[in-house]
Order: sequence, then C-alpha cells, then structure tokens
Amino acid sequence: MDLTELHRLMLVARRIDEEAIALQRQGALPGYAPTKGQEAAQVGSAAALEKTRDFAFPNYRDLGVAVAMGVDLVGYLATHLGTWHGGLYDPAASRLAPFNAVVGGTVTHAVGWAMGAKLDDTGGVAITYFGDGASSQGDVHEAMNFAAVYRLPVVFFCQNNGWAISVPTERQVAGGSVAARAAGYGMEGVQVDGNDVLAVVEATREAVERGRAGGGPTVIEAMTYRMGPHSTSDDPGRYRTLEEEQAWAEKDPVARAAAQLPPEVVADAERHAAEVVREVREGVLALGDRPGEELFSFVYREPTKALLDQQRTWQESADV
Amino acid sequence: MSEFSLQQALNLALRHACEDDDRVLIFGEDVGRLGGVFRVTDGLQAKFGEQRVFDTPLAESGIMGMAVGLAMAGWRPVPEIQFDGFSYPAVDQIVNQVARMHYRSRGTLPMPITLRLPSFGGIRAPEHHSESMEALFAHVPGLKVVSPSSPAEGYHLLRQSIADPDPVIFMEPKSRYWQRESFDPDAPAEQLPVGTSRIVRPGKHATLIAWGAMVSRCLQVAELAAEDGVELEVLDLRWLKPIDADGLAESVSRTRRAVVVHEAPLTAGLGAEVSTVVTERCFDTLRAPVQRVTGFDVPYPSGALEDEYLPSIDRILTAVQTTLEYRRG
Repeated sequence: MDLTELHRLMLVARRIDEEAIALQRQGALPGYAPTKGQEAAQVGSAAALEKTRDFAFPNYRDLGVAVAMGVDLVGYLATHLGTWHGGLYDPAASRLAPFNAVVGGTVTHAVGWAMGAKLDDTGGVAITYFGDGASSQGDVHEAMNFAAVYRLPVVFFCQNNGWAISVPTERQVAGGSVAARAAGYGMEGVQVDGNDVLAVVEATREAVERGRAGGGPTVIEAMTYRMGPHSTSDDPGRYRTLEEEQAWAEKDPVARAAAQLPPEVVADAERHAAEVVREVREGVLALGDRPGEELFSFVYREPTKALLDQQRTWQESADV
Repeated sequence: MSEFSLQQALNLALRHACEDDDRVLIFGEDVGRLGGVFRVTDGLQAKFGEQRVFDTPLAESGIMGMAVGLAMAGWRPVPEIQFDGFSYPAVDQIVNQVARMHYRSRGTLPMPITLRLPSFGGIRAPEHHSESMEALFAHVPGLKVVSPSSPAEGYHLLRQSIADPDPVIFMEPKSRYWQRESFDPDAPAEQLPVGTSRIVRPGKHATLIAWGAMVSRCLQVAELAAEDGVELEVLDLRWLKPIDADGLAESVSRTRRAVVVHEAPLTAGLGAEVSTVVTERCFDTLRAPVQRVTGFDVPYPSGALEDEYLPSIDRILTAVQTTLEYRRG
C-alpha cells in the first residue's frame, strides 16, 4: 500500500471522526471517543495485515483500524450510536473483533486467537491495540508473558498518545517506555513515530512477518497524540496546555502525509472522503433501533426457558 | 460397568471429549505433565499431545482471556482454574468477555468454553481453596452453571457441558473427587436436557434440594429420617443456571415442604433463588416456608472450624423438623 492509499484511508478516518463528533453534537449519537491525531498509527498498522488470515483486536478509539480493515462503518459506529454494543458488522468476516470499553480487556484474546491460528497452521497473526493507560493493566502483562512463553504470532500495538484521559504517560508508565518492557519478556520491542504512517507500516510489517515466520510476538509502541478529547464529554483544558496541543497539531499525521503528495491527489482524497462521509451519515441516520426482542436473542445460542419466560413478560408489557 | 471415582470419571469424560472432537483443547496450571493437582487431567497430555493438553503460565485472567481468543478461532476450550478462590482474578474475563461475546457479536462469535472449577469445601484446604461461587456465576447473563454430585453425573454432565455451545462453569465438588460409583460410560447416555434436575431419592414428606457435595449429605439425612418414618425426597438440582423451575415445582407440589441446602453463605446465596422459585410456583400448596440450611455469612473458615460452617446432618435434620412441625399462625 503506497502513501496515496494510506493517506486516502487516513483522511476517511479523519472525516468520519469529525462527522461522528458532529452527530454527537446534533444529538444523533450519544457518545464518541475521537481518534483525531492517531490515524497514522491505526491505518498504518492495519494496512500491514493480510485481511484473509490475520485478525485485529481493537480498542474503543480505533476508527482508523476499522477504516483500513474495510469494515462496514455504519455497523462499526452502531456501538457509539448506542444501537448495539459490539456493533452491527460481522466481526468474524471482517477480521475485526468487537471493541469493548474494558481497557486491555481484549489483549489476552489476541493471544488465544494466535494460539488457535498456530495450532491450525494458518500463518495468521493477531494484532491487539491498547494504549499507554491500558499498559498498566495486569492483563497486558499476562498476555505478553503468555505470548512470549508460547512464541505466538502476536503484535502488541500500543498507541502511546500521551494521555490516559487526564493522566500523562509519566504518571502511567514506569520506566517511560512500553516498548522497553518487551525485553523483559524476551521479545522484540520497538518504538516508532506513530504520526509517520510509512514508518508505522514498516514496523508493523516487520512484526507481522516475524510472527508469521515463527519468530514470536513483538511490542510496537507508536508515539502519537490524542489531538481531541478522550471522549465527547471530556474537557482536556482541565489537564493539559494549549501550547502542548498546538505543538502536536504541527505534527498532525494526516497533514504530514498530505504534504508529501501532489495537491490533486489530496484533493481527490478529500472528494472520496466526503463521499464516504455522506454515505455513512445517511446510513447512520437511517439505521434505526433494533427490535426490542433482540434483548433476548443472543444471550445464549438457544434461549433458555427462563429467558423465554422473561421475554414473554417483556412482550406483554410492550403490547399494552 | 466399572467402578470410577469422580476424579476418574471426569478424566474419562475429558478423554472421550478429546477423542470425539479434535477441536477440544485442555489447558490450565499444571494440567499437562502433572495431570492437574487433583489428577483430573492425568495422562491426557501423553495421549493427546502437548498441543491439545498444555500447561499455562500461572495467571487465571490470562487463561480465560486465552480461552476467549481460542473460541474466536474456532476451538472448543476446556480450561481449568486450579481452585475456586483463584477464579476471582479471572472474573473480569468471565463476566465482561466470556459471558458477553456471543451477545456482543450477535451470535457470530460463540463461546463454547467449559471452565472446570474445583469447588466448595470439605477437604481441610488452605484459605481461598474452598469457595462456593455458584450464586456469583449464576447471576451473570450468558453463563450456564452446573455441579455434579456423583461420578456418573460427573461424566455425563462434563460431556454435555463441553458439547454445549454456550460457556459453562463446571463446578467440581472437590470433597467428592474420591467418591466411587459403578456405571457404564459407554451405555447410551441418559441424557437429560441442560437445565434439568434429578430426583435421586423419592419421598413424600418434604423435598431436600441440593447440589454438588451436599447431595450425598442430604441422602444421608434421608436415610436417617427414614428410620423415624419420615420419607424425604432428595432433588439434585444439577444445573444452577438455568434452574429447573418445573422440576422443583413438580417435587415440592407433591411433598409440600422444601429445605434447600448449600455450602455457600446464606445471604444472597442460590438458596434464596431456589426458595423464591419454589414459593412462586407452589405458594398454594406449601405447608411451610422454604427452609435454608447453608454456610454462614463468614469467610470460609480454617479446616478446624470447617465442620462448624458446613451444613451438618444435624442442622439439616433440624430444618426438616422445623418444616414438618410448622403450623400456620
């Protein structure tokens, strides 16, 4: 994938991100975790995957991963829309697990998935996304240790965006580097400029190839910045300075890629992104709610008798 | 027909499950070369290889998180957590991930995971080795919870749990691991549907409701009561979620009296749920309030005080007497 394509995907992520915030402000979307500033880390890493046999385990701030994986974006945004936790896209077919709100909660899943892929000898590699905040979670340690003990094809992709909501990296990551921790597990660890999409692609491709070749897991720490708030109800002004935000704005990964491309390529990408945004916006506004009986539909493979009784109670009250 | 201990019956069930389905994977702490601290997985790694039966690092949340990923990759994980009390670090994965993945993914990512959990007390174990967690797990939407009371039950329920498409918490009563019983595992399984209880001793004066190790204790109580002409029915609930409301109602509507017995503490224990189900279904026929004989609302005690904590034959008999002598005010 060349810079033109990578920029095109990043721009889609940027414009969808802006649209999601606009939808939130208009009351059409209850809450959202803006991804602005992290597009290169997300698109670049996902672009290094093979969509037929690898699998990504995203965090809740990984719209760029979803864009690069080619996931149905309306289905993806259905989680933020409050339509369905986990979204309405098919995670198995899309090779993108449903994200969830437990930071670090899915990191061990990538390890299990990678073991399954190894047992099946598919050559598949798992990539798991987490942040500098999540790196404090015990599960992240457990996952890294398991993956290294079993030499599993896992890429631990940490987006160090400087802030875990209001807590800066220096109050979160002892030793200062998540990548440095890899050495303790006897695996490769690399820090990369997370705002340089080509560097991210290169680092991830190397890690994926290592995993595929039986070389075990890798930690990639992509140094980036969350240019927006943690969520649409957050106020970064309470914990960080405007100067810091402005300094990072100059390193905007989308602008940085655009600066290396001919203006007509950038203009074409803008036209494409606007078209995607229009489609997604229409899709989101047309989505509607799921039928109430779906409350009960997926708890078990087949609903239990007790659940059917409760569904009947719900139905009776709904019919009144 | 051969004689098996519960531990041997569970081992055989795992062996047969691995033979019948090559997607079954067994893993946990010390389950490989050692064969598990209770030897339930004894010999399985030698037979099925280190890819199907393997040791994990010592981290319970990691074990369950790995099970989620393996299930997503199309495997049928049968993890073991060595002791009940050590499953608390895995509760996040069990509740937030295992129990919800099928729901969250709208059925595209099923979780056919059977967590084997040596459970309950009665073996003079160290602290954190004797917990009764059924109420906690039964409260979680998306999980099924089961506990066998005998070797034959252990064999069939474990086969059924592993074959089930949903996550099952399989609570093995560790005080019964060495209980022996003759049964024929090759006989066509007397396959009761998931969520079905079983009357293990018929009676007409009251129903004793129990699961796990308390079933045999209730059978002892029923023997003693029979000497005094009191015929107690003993109902092995088996599935703690889903609960067999129909089975409970069928029994208690005949006996009109019920005593529920469990090892877990009283408050918000599963006995409260059983009592409510019985009361809702049998209010008109009940002759007495449902009695509960349980552990106390205290941390599980040291071995020297274990017998004071666990429901004793005397305490169960006293509850039986209370329900038989109950007169409406």
